[in-house]
Amino acid sequence: MTLEATPTTRVELDYSGGERLTMNMGPQHPSAHGVFRAILTLEGETVVAVDAVIGYLHRCHEKLSETLTYAQYPSIASKTDYVAAMTSEFAYVMAAEAIGKIEVPKRAQYLRVIAAELQRIASHLLWLGTWCMDMGGALGGGATIFLYAIREREAILDLFESLVGARLLYGFHQVGGTRYDIPPGWADACRKTIAVIDQRISEYEGLLEDNPFFLARAQGVGYITRELAEDVGIAGPLLRGSGVNFDLRRSAPYSSYEDFSFTVPVETAGDCFARYRVRMVEFRESIKIVRQALDKLPDGPISSRPGLKSVAQIRIPKGEAYARVEGPRGEVGCYLIADGSAKPYRMKWRGASFSNLAVLPHIIPGHKVADVVAIMGSVDPVFGEVDR
Amino acid sequence: MTHEQAKILIGERFGGAQVEPASADATAGKGMALTVTVPPGDWRPFASFAKDTLGCRFFSFSTAVDWKEQGLEVIARVDNLDTGLSIFMKTKLGPGVSECQSLVPVYRGANWMERECYDMFGVRFDGHPDLRRILLGDDWVGHPLLKSYAVDTPHPPYR
Repeated sequence: MTLEATPTTRVELDYSGGERLTMNMGPQHPSAHGVFRAILTLEGETVVAVDAVIGYLHRCHEKLSETLTYAQYPSIASKTDYVAAMTSEFAYVMAAEAIGKIEVPKRAQYLRVIAAELQRIASHLLWLGTWCMDMGGALGGGATIFLYAIREREAILDLFESLVGARLLYGFHQVGGTRYDIPPGWADACRKTIAVIDQRISEYEGLLEDNPFFLARAQGVGYITRELAEDVGIAGPLLRGSGVNFDLRRSAPYSSYEDFSFTVPVETAGDCFARYRVRMVEFRESIKIVRQALDKLPDGPISSRPGLKSVAQIRIPKGEAYARVEGPRGEVGCYLIADGSAKPYRMKWRGASFSNLAVLPHIIPGHKVADVVAIMGSVDPVFGEVDR
Repeated sequence: MTHEQAKILIGERFGGAQVEPASADATAGKGMALTVTVPPGDWRPFASFAKDTLGCRFFSFSTAVDWKEQGLEVIARVDNLDTGLSIFMKTKLGPGVSECQSLVPVYRGANWMERECYDMFGVRFDGHPDLRRILLGDDWVGHPLLKSYAVDTPHPPYR
């Protein structure tokens, strides 16, 4: 960055005055995890104000959903949060099922749980890798953890590929159940994969938590109070990192989550390190849930929906519902209003990333520019879901 | 606080409010929502009441629905994370009206949500500190989620 060395705008190295500098970060910034622009106002190295500019990835999913039928939209829903595509499909079909009072077979509920938990592991792996890469130097050279994490994530994507034939956007859910059953041998492959990940997560934990640079960059940075967390409506690991014991899988169980035993990690520190700890425990808990679901997987049909002769065949009666699922980034909600036709009258996404990102202007001021990167990574935004 | 207690408290304080269980809430178990419809004038007072008296401190989301000739309806959902009580707040603005009280003084989370609502529906929130478009560009014409806005509306110079 070059500065105009005019007397009015000169910024000295031993700067301690009240002059302010506006710095533009993004929309193409290596640490932005997507297209996000932050207009930072700086005093020296310290951020005093931040204006977040979003919307670069906006496709107006909510308008689009009014033009697509209940059979068509679930596979488009996966494009909101493309890092955890299973989650948004899940929320959409749950909302439609709630209005139509459509029964979901037990086997489909378990398959949905398996897909959702594998997705959580895959999503957290991507977060771990990219966040550690953002803090690059802290880990002795940058991409180490990133490449390890991506390797593990690939193994999960392989599982999804053999389950649905796609690696990123799945279309696994449909109103009334799931579209695919697990192929022969899949359960064993899945058990092997999660066993490897379970072991390696502990290695990465050791690698990170024995590293004083990592601790210095994560501990005491980006503090979110419980009061602010609830007021802004942040969810998921951020909320639990701020001392709120709330997880939809436990507090309002859906899709047979009450059948599985798992713990909900809660940290009270509210800083980047607390959010990191919550996610690291969630890896293990998701692995536990997948194991239990595979062990107890009931027999039976995978969908209550008859075969379709046309995409407009599913009609949902007049009514409204709000379905919410605990995605990797928190509460993903779908508020659906049906008018009796084959398409929704109105659909609203409560994107977890949107609400989580809204906390940034409240917590960044007071931090150094380098901390902005660490804080943003700890929020784990996916811009497909922020902009929808 | 149970739903029954919440219902009684709301009835005592807000005579004009209409309280009913949310028609279909997909979240089974102890999380059941109450739908509370208040007149537009009670929008912010009711939000303060929900936050302070009912303990719904978690701001989930807010949005609007365009009911064509019946006008816009503004919706917000707030939760009490400790007891599982959820409140769906609704207010009907009436035909041709696009002014609504802002909830930002009560919930900071309403800031971005109401900007989105303004962007998509043109609802002008009275008392919002920074009401400008959030997802669309500043030069966008119209508010896309209104039913009167066609999906294929041209937007020069792109189409």
